[in-house]
Amino acid sequence: MRWFWIDRFTEFVSGQRATALKCVSLGEDHLHDHLPGYPIMPSSLVIEGMAQAGGLLVSEHYGFKELVVLGKVSRANFHGHVRPGQMLTYRIEIDTLRPDGAVVMATAHVEGELHAEAQLFYARMGDASHQPRGVRLFRKRDLLHWLRLVGVFEVGVHPNGVRLRSSDYLFGEEELLMDEKDV
Amino acid sequence: MPSQEEIFEKVREALVDALGVDDDEVTPEATLQGDLDAESIDFLDIVFRLEKSFDIKIERGELFPEDILTDVEYVQDGKVNEAGIAKLKERMPFADLSKFEADPVVQNLGQQLTVRDMCKFVEHKLAAN
Repeated sequence: MRWFWIDRFTEFVSGQRATALKCVSLGEDHLHDHLPGYPIMPSSLVIEGMAQAGGLLVSEHYGFKELVVLGKVSRANFHGHVRPGQMLTYRIEIDTLRPDGAVVMATAHVEGELHAEAQLFYARMGDASHQPRGVRLFRKRDLLHWLRLVGVFEVGVHPNGVRLRSSDYLFGEEELLMDEKDV
Repeated sequence: MPSQEEIFEKVREALVDALGVDDDEVTPEATLQGDLDAESIDFLDIVFRLEKSFDIKIERGELFPEDILTDVEYVQDGKVNEAGIAKLKERMPFADLSKFEADPVVQNLGQQLTVRDMCKFVEHKLAAN
């Protein structure tokens, strides 16, 4: 299983808001392991999807330079179940952006109905090359790949409407070569 | 400048929202880590809420001086030394550190920080503005 809990962004406005989609399919393993015989999307993975969408939005604000981690789910409410064949629409609004962390408000809708709402708190970990116990947690190449997969540079804009480009960030040859040395 | 009651009510609201505790658990005497189960990440969350609620700016380490507690100049064998106590008093004029001074084990500081200390911290910040 790959740890992608959003399929793509349909809106991404730097420092402000984002909308991401997640299609739920019976082909996903977790639906068979959660409640066998009663396939529903686990609420924890709905939070993960909202956290991934919000995390990328927050991380973009910091120029994708550093690790941003979900520090805390301050509040989360759920309504009903999500079944295979349904699509979750995650909407993220930035609430607070500070040098040491950020707060976002997130909602998940299914077929127009509110399914979940949460307040998510992100902490900033500092330098992206931070290597606790010698293990590098964060590769620029993997992040860039993920951003492209979920369409950040297809729909992403600055608040003035100017498109986000990968070349605006530190994804240059030098950065990617640093990744190579770690492999 | 809001009254002490108004400050307490806003601090209480911040703690209820940040820690998921009930209103009546947040008393002036309640300790943040001991009674209200605040963890280190919660302090950052609480700081965000206080900033917004009181329209103040709180620098990192201002409410809880982690930098002093992890500095070898001020901590020996898990205890804060005299220079460290002096530094803490300078940085935390809002807190009553007399109990901590009696047994200055690093972990005790967070355990002993109360809701009252937090209200005094906000008063101190508002007065300085």
